[in-house]
Amino acid sequence: MKKIALLLATTTFASAAFAEEVRVYNWSDYIDEDLLTKFEEETGIDLIYDVFDSNEVLETKMLAGSSGYDVVVPTGDFLQRQISAGAFRPLDMDQLPNAGNLWDIIEARTAQYDPENAYSINYMWGTTGLGVNVAKVAEVLGEDAPINSLDLIFNPENMEKLSACGVYFLDAPSEVIPAALNFLGEDPNSEDSDAIAKAEELLMGVRPYIQKFHSSEYINALANGDICVAFGWSGDILQARDRADEADNGVEIAYNAPTEGALMWFDQMAIPVDAPNPEAAHTFLNFILDAQNMAAASNYVYYANGNLASQEFLIEDVIGDTAIYPDAATLENLYTKAPYDSRVQRTITRLWTKIKSGT
Amino acid sequence: MRRFTLIAIPYLWLFALFLVPFLIVVRISFSYYELSIPPYGPQLDLSTGWDGVKAFFAELNWENYAFLTGDDLYWKAYLSSLKIALIATFFTLLVGFPIAYAMAKAAEEWRPMLMMLIILPFWTSFLIRVYAWIGILGTEGYLNQLLLGIGLIDAPLTILNTNVAVYIGIVYTYLPFMVLPIYAALEKMDDSLLEAAEDLGCTRTQAFWLVTAPLAKSGIIAGCFLVFIPSLGEFVIPSLLGGSDTLMIGKVLWEEFFSNRDWPVASTVAVILLLILIIPIILFQRNEQKQRETDG
Repeated sequence: MKKIALLLATTTFASAAFAEEVRVYNWSDYIDEDLLTKFEEETGIDLIYDVFDSNEVLETKMLAGSSGYDVVVPTGDFLQRQISAGAFRPLDMDQLPNAGNLWDIIEARTAQYDPENAYSINYMWGTTGLGVNVAKVAEVLGEDAPINSLDLIFNPENMEKLSACGVYFLDAPSEVIPAALNFLGEDPNSEDSDAIAKAEELLMGVRPYIQKFHSSEYINALANGDICVAFGWSGDILQARDRADEADNGVEIAYNAPTEGALMWFDQMAIPVDAPNPEAAHTFLNFILDAQNMAAASNYVYYANGNLASQEFLIEDVIGDTAIYPDAATLENLYTKAPYDSRVQRTITRLWTKIKSGT
Repeated sequence: MRRFTLIAIPYLWLFALFLVPFLIVVRISFSYYELSIPPYGPQLDLSTGWDGVKAFFAELNWENYAFLTGDDLYWKAYLSSLKIALIATFFTLLVGFPIAYAMAKAAEEWRPMLMMLIILPFWTSFLIRVYAWIGILGTEGYLNQLLLGIGLIDAPLTILNTNVAVYIGIVYTYLPFMVLPIYAALEKMDDSLLEAAEDLGCTRTQAFWLVTAPLAKSGIIAGCFLVFIPSLGEFVIPSLLGGSDTLMIGKVLWEEFFSNRDWPVASTVAVILLLILIIPIILFQRNEQKQRETDG
């Protein structure tokens, strides 16, 4: 009897201390918020959900330690570096029965960042490409404007004309420089200084026509009609398209992955090594791995996910849109980016400052 | 004893909230980058006793300071920040002084209400107020729509994402810090001094420059420092309203810290920024002290 009482006491203690709260740190505008309520109702765990809009902010919190979060969502190349800094704990697959839903094609690609996918599961993936305001671009460049080619943003002649209606670029050197290298026919992953210098020259040539480098403002700017071209993330541009549709303001936005090849990126859910509540973190991951939950998230944010079983629950607008789920030929043409080492990173950041500020 | 306690409290405050954090930053500025948690080394290892301490200090170095001198980016960013802060302070004074003057000249019963109007914007989050300017200054923003509507311009002006937007943001945000000290100085002014000046043959303009301006001087200096110092290191306003070519030390610091993950270099930039800031503060304090001596 005494034993049972003790057992009861420890379990109550355990549930009070460990199973009450899970803190998730995810990208902004990146989930159907109904899922958060559903999670709390199903599991009885309080969910504290915070958001960020850049990998750098997340990484700084991870490297500072004691972030207090149980689940975080870095992009592949950042994840890889954080794993080598010892920032994450390996996943306990026994606590993730839904892991069988994962899509092997995506897992094979994420394994280059996280060998054997020991530390992370894929949440969403997408491409980096061209968002255009169809009418404005046609007005400036004519009906046959190359809206599915990098020529649109890397050819100074096109950019000069486009600057009249506004062009935004992602403020992310690790996405823009590989694209420039790819356009030049170089390896997008190249760390060779001559190749990088060529990319610099290319970017400097179009720099006068770029209004701003920013990684989230282009959603609103595109949707409002403030700008006509954005080089950004697929789902964000598709969100801009939907916001413009909802506002019914006559703005029509289209997304295209460049035909020259596009960067494919993966946002991975992982558990920090010092997570206060790793068990609840696994519960959350398993909840997300559920086919219907994952489908609900994708149906809301218009990003593809790494969950094969979820595909039967996806709406036609998502699974049928080749901007989100590319066809096999396009998928073949997508490339991935490995992290820069710290010395090259400094060169790239310095180069980026030079491109942005002219100094 | 009582006197000692009275002096100890502000010093304790300075020690805990300024000196200790500053020393941590100084210590990181002498460290080197390392991919670990936290991302710099050396770490002080006390388990080996005195040898650990010695090894720790042996590894600290001046390399980051040398690095900053090797790249003109940092000096250009400091200079550009100084320029932006100076221009913004000048315009804040230009706008703030007439407001403070009008407030001080307003009827007594109006003053609390006017004071309230100056303070009221603080009740809304600073970030939201800066965001509101994006809506006002954008190409499709309210300002352009208004100007186009009344026929003043034919094509929308590009204000957002330029330095002009940064100046507008700083002037708007820091205006109360300029108005309040000047108002406090002017409010104390005795109007009979102006009458005396006019009786003695001064024109109104002369009386303003000979009487009002010197009496408002301490308020103007305080206001200018309250605007200049925070705008020098400003990060939020240039990153939201400024263009990508707006070079400010706050942004450079952010990039060192977040993009390069190089805490040591970021700390070095911060230490130098603080040294640049401390000089005007010392000058200001001296000025205050002199003032008090002449007043006393």
